[in-house]
Amino acid sequence: MGMKFFGASVLRKEDPALLTGKGRYVDDVKLPGMLHAAFVRSTYAHALIRGIDKTAALALPGVVAVLTHDDLPEPMRSRRLPLYVPHPAIKQTFMPWVLAKDEACFAGEAIAIVVADSRYVAEDAAAMVEVDYEVLPASIDPREAIAEGAPLAQHGATSNIVTQVPVKIGDTDKAFASAAHVYREQFALHRGGPFFIECRGVVADWDAGTEQLTVHASSQGSHRFKRTFIDLLDLADNQVRVITNDVGGGFGPKGSFYVEYAALAAATMAVGKPVKWIEDRRENFVATQQERDQFWDMEVAVDEHGKLLGLRGRLVHDGGAYVTWGLVLPWIAATSVIGPYVLPNYQLELIVAMTNKITCSPVRGAGRPQGCFVMERMMDRIAHELGLDRAEVRRRNFIQPDQFPYKVGLIFRDGRPVTYDSGDYPKSQQMALDHMDWENFRAKQAAALKQGRYIGIGLSNAVEGTGLGPYEGATIRISTSGKIVVFTGATPQGQSHKTTLAQIAADHLGVDYNDVSVVTADTATIPFGMGTFASRTAVNAGSSVHLAAIEVREKIKKIASELLEVSPDDLELKDGAVEVRGVPGLRKTFRELAYNAVGLYGFSMKADRDPGLEATSYFKPEQSTYANSCHVAEVEVDVETGHVTVTRVLVNHDCGNVINPMVVEGQIVGGVAHGIGNALFERLLFDDQGQPLTMSFADYLLPMATDVPHVETLHTETPSPLNPIGVKGAGEGGTIAVIAAIISAVEDALRPFNIRLAEMPISPEQIVEMVLDAKAANIDA
Amino acid sequence: MPDMRKISLTVNGKRHEAEVESRLLLADFLRHTLDLTGTHVGCEHGVCGACTVMVDDHSARSCLMFAVQANGKSITTIEGLAQADGSLSILQEAFRQNHGLQCGFCTPGMLITLSEHLRDNPDPTEAELREVLTGNLCRCTGYQAIVAAGLDAAAKMRASKAECA
Amino acid sequence: MKPAPFTYHDPATVADALSVLARHDNARALAGGQSLVPMMNFRYAAPDHLVDLNGIESLRAMDAGARLSFGAMTRQREVEFSADVARACPILIEALRHVGHRQTRNRGTIGGSLCHLDPAAETPAIMMLHDAVVTTQCPAGTRELAMSDFALGFMTTALEPDELLTKVAFDAWPQDHGWGFEEYARRHGDFAIASAGVLLTLDARGAIARLAIVIGGLAPAPARLSGFEAQAVGATPDEDFIKAAAHAASTVEAMDDAHVSARYRQHLASVLCGRALRKALASVRERSLQHA
Repeated sequence: MGMKFFGASVLRKEDPALLTGKGRYVDDVKLPGMLHAAFVRSTYAHALIRGIDKTAALALPGVVAVLTHDDLPEPMRSRRLPLYVPHPAIKQTFMPWVLAKDEACFAGEAIAIVVADSRYVAEDAAAMVEVDYEVLPASIDPREAIAEGAPLAQHGATSNIVTQVPVKIGDTDKAFASAAHVYREQFALHRGGPFFIECRGVVADWDAGTEQLTVHASSQGSHRFKRTFIDLLDLADNQVRVITNDVGGGFGPKGSFYVEYAALAAATMAVGKPVKWIEDRRENFVATQQERDQFWDMEVAVDEHGKLLGLRGRLVHDGGAYVTWGLVLPWIAATSVIGPYVLPNYQLELIVAMTNKITCSPVRGAGRPQGCFVMERMMDRIAHELGLDRAEVRRRNFIQPDQFPYKVGLIFRDGRPVTYDSGDYPKSQQMALDHMDWENFRAKQAAALKQGRYIGIGLSNAVEGTGLGPYEGATIRISTSGKIVVFTGATPQGQSHKTTLAQIAADHLGVDYNDVSVVTADTATIPFGMGTFASRTAVNAGSSVHLAAIEVREKIKKIASELLEVSPDDLELKDGAVEVRGVPGLRKTFRELAYNAVGLYGFSMKADRDPGLEATSYFKPEQSTYANSCHVAEVEVDVETGHVTVTRVLVNHDCGNVINPMVVEGQIVGGVAHGIGNALFERLLFDDQGQPLTMSFADYLLPMATDVPHVETLHTETPSPLNPIGVKGAGEGGTIAVIAAIISAVEDALRPFNIRLAEMPISPEQIVEMVLDAKAANIDA
Repeated sequence: MPDMRKISLTVNGKRHEAEVESRLLLADFLRHTLDLTGTHVGCEHGVCGACTVMVDDHSARSCLMFAVQANGKSITTIEGLAQADGSLSILQEAFRQNHGLQCGFCTPGMLITLSEHLRDNPDPTEAELREVLTGNLCRCTGYQAIVAAGLDAAAKMRASKAECA
Repeated sequence: MKPAPFTYHDPATVADALSVLARHDNARALAGGQSLVPMMNFRYAAPDHLVDLNGIESLRAMDAGARLSFGAMTRQREVEFSADVARACPILIEALRHVGHRQTRNRGTIGGSLCHLDPAAETPAIMMLHDAVVTTQCPAGTRELAMSDFALGFMTTALEPDELLTKVAFDAWPQDHGWGFEEYARRHGDFAIASAGVLLTLDARGAIARLAIVIGGLAPAPARLSGFEAQAVGATPDEDFIKAAAHAASTVEAMDDAHVSARYRQHLASVLCGRALRKALASVRERSLQHA
C-alpha cells in the first residue's frame, strides 16, 4: 500500500481554528456558576507555618471559601503527592502536601486557596490572608547544601542529599593511570524554565449528584492527572475525567501533576460549583517547575592521538525542595554525556541536592543538553591542548556505523541498557561541516579580525534517547456514519499530532487525512495513556495508530470479503470505501461496513467477530530509540559590549523516518531558539535567602525574533528498527546540541584572548570581564 | 463597592454596551465579557504580546489597558481578521501555508502585529519583520516560519493589489 | 495579576484632572499606561484613584519649530513618525526607536516617560541632553523646571502629588549640528543597560564649538558630562579627545544590582560614549558635505 501522506508536508488540521481565534485553551472554558481561585503563596524560601488567619479574607464580599491544609478532604489531607518515578537510590523521598501543612519549603509554595466570584476578588482576598511564619534558614546553592552543617531544606530531613550514586562504565582508575594526557574542567550549567506563553491552569468541576470530577487542564498528559486524582481521593475509574484541549506550549513542566490541581479538586468539592484557576505569570515564575543548576567537576583521559580513554568526576544537581521527578533529570544528563563517542571507561558520582526552591523538572532537552555540553566542551579542550582541529578530535572518537546496535554500558532513564539502535555519526558531522564550509572558516575569521571583528564557529554532536515507554495507545473507530476517529492519550501542545496521526491512519485506510479526526487527551475516550513529553509521541502513538489502522483495515477487508463474496486479497481501500480490484462497481462504503459490524438488534453475531469497526493498540517500545544531530553555529562577538550575535546555525538532524517534514522542521527551529536562550539569555537567579530575583519577562530573557537567525537544516533518515514506522523523536533535537555549539563558537571568536568557556549561559558582562582580564594580563606579560 | 462605569465601544465592527468595573483589563473584557476568547493573556505586564489587539487602527497591548479606556473606541481582535464569508485572510492563509503556528497561543498577537505592519509597509524585508515582531514572544516556532508567513503574505497582498489596479 | 480596586476618573480638562488629584490621597495619573499598568497588575502600585489623562486634548499639542514643544500626552509614535521632528531633532527619533516595541510606542507618551523616570529611559535622557524645560501645573498655578531640577533621583521627580506635567520644551540645535545616540540593551527594545547621546557643533576650524553628552542607565537620573563639555570647547575632536570623553563617561557613578554590575555599566558608558561621539562627528561631516 503506497504511503501518500506519511512523509508529506501536508497542511495542519489544527490551523483553521487557531488562526481564527477559535482555539479552546483552558481559560476559554466557561461553565455555569463557575468560580475563580487564587493561591496564597509563601513569601519565604523556608519557614514554619505557625498559623493562618482567614477572617479578613472570608469577610470580603464575593469570597466563597478559603481552604488550607486542614480543610482538605480525606484521604487527600493525609497524603502527600505520590512519587511516580521512584528509585531505590533515593534516600529521602520528600513530596509536597497538597497545601503546605506546617512548613513552606520554597518561595511561592501554595499555602491556601481562595475561591471567589472573580479572579480579581480572589486576589484581593488572597492578599488579606495572614500567615504567621517562623522563618528558617534556607539552603540555596546545591554545592553548599550538601556540605556538613548546611541548613536543612526540609525540616524533617537528615541531610540535603537526595541521592549519591555512582554511574559507571569499565575501570576509570586503570584508564587514567595509563593515559597520555589528563585534563580537568569544571562546568557550571544553568538551564531555565519552560516559559510557555500560556500559563498553567485547570477548571475543576465536582458534580455532587453523580459524584464525578471533571477537570479541564492545560497539560501534557490527561491520564497522569486522572490517576493522581484517583490516588489522592480514592476515587473509582468512572469518577474522574480529565480533558486537555488546546495547550499553549508545555516543554516538560506541564506534564507534572501539581499541588494546585488537587487543591482545585478540593475547592470544587467544598463549594459545589466549578472552580477555575489560571496561573498568572508572576506565579509561573515561582510555581511552575523548572530546570536549574548543575555543577560538574570532570577529568578526561586521552591517548596521544586524542582518543578518549576515560571520563570521571562529580555532578551536583540542584533538585529543589521535593523529589517529584526522582532521579530522572540528572540520570539523563549523566547518561547523555557519552554522546556519539566511544567511551570505554566512565565514572560519575551523581549527587542530587535538596534546596529551598521549587522542584527541578525536565525542560526541553531534559538533562541531555547538559550531558552534551560537558562532552562537547571536553572535546574542544582536547583539541585545544593537542593542537588538533575540533572536528578531527571528534572524528577520531565516533562510534562507527558498523558498530550498531551499540551498547554504551549504562542503564538509561527508561530502565533499559543504553543501546544505540541506528545512526551514522561520522557522515552526520561531515555533511554539516561541508554545508558550513568549516574548512575555510579560519581564513574568513582572519580577514574579519583584520577589520576588528571577532567571529567564531562551533561544533557539537548529540545522541538522544527518544520514544520512551511504557506505551501510548490509539483506538481507531469507524462509526455507522462512516466517519473515522482516532482516540489517543497523546497530549499535544503544538506538536501537530492531530495532523501527523491522521496522516498515518489515512494511508492505511485509503482516505484523505482530512477525513480522519484525531481526538487527543480525553480520559473518557481511551483508558490508558502517558502523554506527550520526552519526544515520544511519534514513536509510541504513531506506532499505535499504525498498528490499529492495519487492524481496522483487516476487519474492513474481512467484512467486505464476506459481503462481496471475494477473497480479501482482491480488495483495495479507496476514498472511504473498499472495492474489488478492477471491478469498481463492486464496493462497500465504510458506512455500510460499520453498520454491519455493529450488529443487528436481537440477532446473533458471528463467533469470529467482535463488535464494531475498530481496533485498539498500545505500542510498547522495548527501549528508547536514539536520534542524533550535529550542530554548527557561527557567532560574532562585540568584545567591547560583550554582545553575542548568532549569525548562522545549521542542524543536521536524524530522527529516522519523518511523518511530516514541515512539522519536524518547525520542531527543530523552535528547539534551536530555546537553545539560544539557554546559551546566551536564560537564567533563573535567587538571592542567598532563596528569594527569586528573576520575576518577570523583564528580568528573564526569552529569545526574540531578532535573536534567532534563519536556521538551516539538513536531514538524514536512518529508520529506527525498534518500531513499525521507523521513526525517532524530534521534539528536543533542536535544543540539545546547539547550546554547546554556540558556546564553542563564542570561545572560538575569542581565541585571540585565550579565553575558555565552561558555563552556560554566558552573559555579555562575563565576556567583557574575561576580555578585559585577558588584555590586562597581556599588558603585564 | 466596586467602581462601575458604562462603556460603549465597537469590536470587530459590532457595537457593544456594557457596565464594567473600572479595573477590568481590556483583555479580560474581550475574553470573558464579550466571550471573544481569541485574544490571549500571556504575561499581564506588556512583554509577551499575546494580548495584542488593534485600538483605533493601532496595535496595543490589551493587558495594559482598562476596558473603561476603550469607551468610544474601535477594537479589532483576531476574530475580526477573517474575510466577511469566514474564509482566511491572506495573512492567515500564509500562516497556514508556512507552518507559522504550532501551539497557536502567541498567534493572535502575531497576526495583529503583522496586519498593522503590512498595512503600513507593504514591502518589508526579513530584518524589518523580525524587528517588528520583537514585541511578540513565541516559544514554539523560533520565529522563522512566522517571518516566512509575513513575507509570503506581503508578496501576495502586493500581487492582489496590482491585480485590482 | 489583576490590579487592586480603584475609582476611575476621565477628566476632559487639565483643571478637572488637577481637582481630582488635589481631592484625593493616593491618586495617580494614567498616561500611556505602558509602565504604570504593569506595576498595577503586579500590585507594586495600588492607587485608590486613577486619573486618565488620555481624554485631555490640550495635552496633545506638539510643535517642531525652532523651539520644540511636546504636550505631556504626545504619543511616542507621533513623534517617531513626525517629519518635522526628524528635521529639527533627529536624535530624538533615533532614541525613540529603542523605546520598547511598536505597541509600547503606540500608546506610550512623552510626559508619561518623563514622570515615570526610569533610569534607563530614553526620553528623559534626550530631554536632559537638550536642557529641556518642563512645565507643570497644580491648582495654585504653573511652574517651569529645568530638567535637572525635575529629575531628582531613582524614579523620583519634583512633581507634587497635586501637580501634573503638562509640557516639555527645548530649543532645537542649529541645523548643521552633529548627533549620535548609542544604547546597549540585551535584546531589541529592552531597557537600556547604558546609553549615550551626543550633540555637537564645530567651528570653522573643525574644533568643538558646542558639545552636550548625556549618559543614561548608570545613575538614577540621566547624567550630563557637564565638566567635560565645558572644557571641550575649542578642542580638536581627535582620537585622544574621543578617549577622554569615553573616560569621562565611565566616571559617572553607576547603580549595581543582581543582574548588572556598576563596573560593567561604566564600561559600557565609555564604549557607547565613544561610539556616539564618532557618529556625531561623522554626521557633522556628512551634513556639511550635503550643504556644500
